[in-house]
Amino acid sequence: MKFKAEIDIMPLKALLDPQGKAVTSSLKNINLGEIENVRIGKHITLEIEASSEAIAREKVEEACKNLLANHLMESFEFTLEKIS
Amino acid sequence: MKFGVITFPGSNCDQDMIYVLETIMGFEVERLWHKDSSLKGADFIVLPGGFSYGDYLRSGAIASFSPIMKEVIAHAENGGYVLGICNGFQILCESKLLPGTLLHNDHQKFTCKNVYLKADNNASLINQGVGLDEVLKIPIAHAEGRFFAPDDLLSKIEHNNQVIYRYCDAEGNVTDEANPNGTLNNIAGVCNVGRNVFGMMPHPERAADLELGNIDGLRILESLVREVLV
Repeated sequence: MKFKAEIDIMPLKALLDPQGKAVTSSLKNINLGEIENVRIGKHITLEIEASSEAIAREKVEEACKNLLANHLMESFEFTLEKIS
Repeated sequence: MKFGVITFPGSNCDQDMIYVLETIMGFEVERLWHKDSSLKGADFIVLPGGFSYGDYLRSGAIASFSPIMKEVIAHAENGGYVLGICNGFQILCESKLLPGTLLHNDHQKFTCKNVYLKADNNASLINQGVGLDEVLKIPIAHAEGRFFAPDDLLSKIEHNNQVIYRYCDAEGNVTDEANPNGTLNNIAGVCNVGRNVFGMMPHPERAADLELGNIDGLRILESLVREVLV
């Protein structure tokens, strides 16, 4: 079976996100001053062949923990969808 | 003592480091490639600055899984010396040889300028040859140099004297104004618990040639080889 994972990686809430802060102030320049607290992360999609959804979930989790996200600065969450 | 300088795809301070170690300081230097599976007899491994793998994903993340890093990790775990400068520091944090991580500068700018540093203590090879009242002028050039560790880890790092250098002003005062990127406690570099792996954001190799008008960086590099030189 093939699964598709949609992974969201975000800077930890407690940490200053300078990129988000810069974008928040830039939005003011286009008259969207009512927007606040922009935070910028990454969205990663990947496909994985696995014999069950549980195994696919375990492998994606491993990929996130070991490479895709750094737990000192980022949190991650993902959804899995069977595609074939 | 033989140095090994690793070139990753995107390293751009490797030749500067080789020039200083070999031509200025007179040491033998082995050129190592990220795909090598041996350190070729080098005793002291240096991970230079640059933008390994284009800083894809996170600075240093992909390089930390390069084939040669298995050898570097084994070397460090055996007590072998390793130094990472700038991107090399980021790679060492990503490979967990050093504690903490390096976040985007708080002002979101790439900063390239001279800053001042002082040794925090003389507990490690990299700072034992530098007086605690010495102020060193060393350039930085980075966008992700804001050292961060959660509170419990940070207090361990501080308690163990693992902070090797801090940013200060020209008079040696460690102040918020002298902090170039929002790094915790003005930390410019740290070492591991075993004191054989060092990482720092400033570039001592860019301040090590008399013709460039500043050799403060040599004070740091010479500290590393002090036991060999004496």
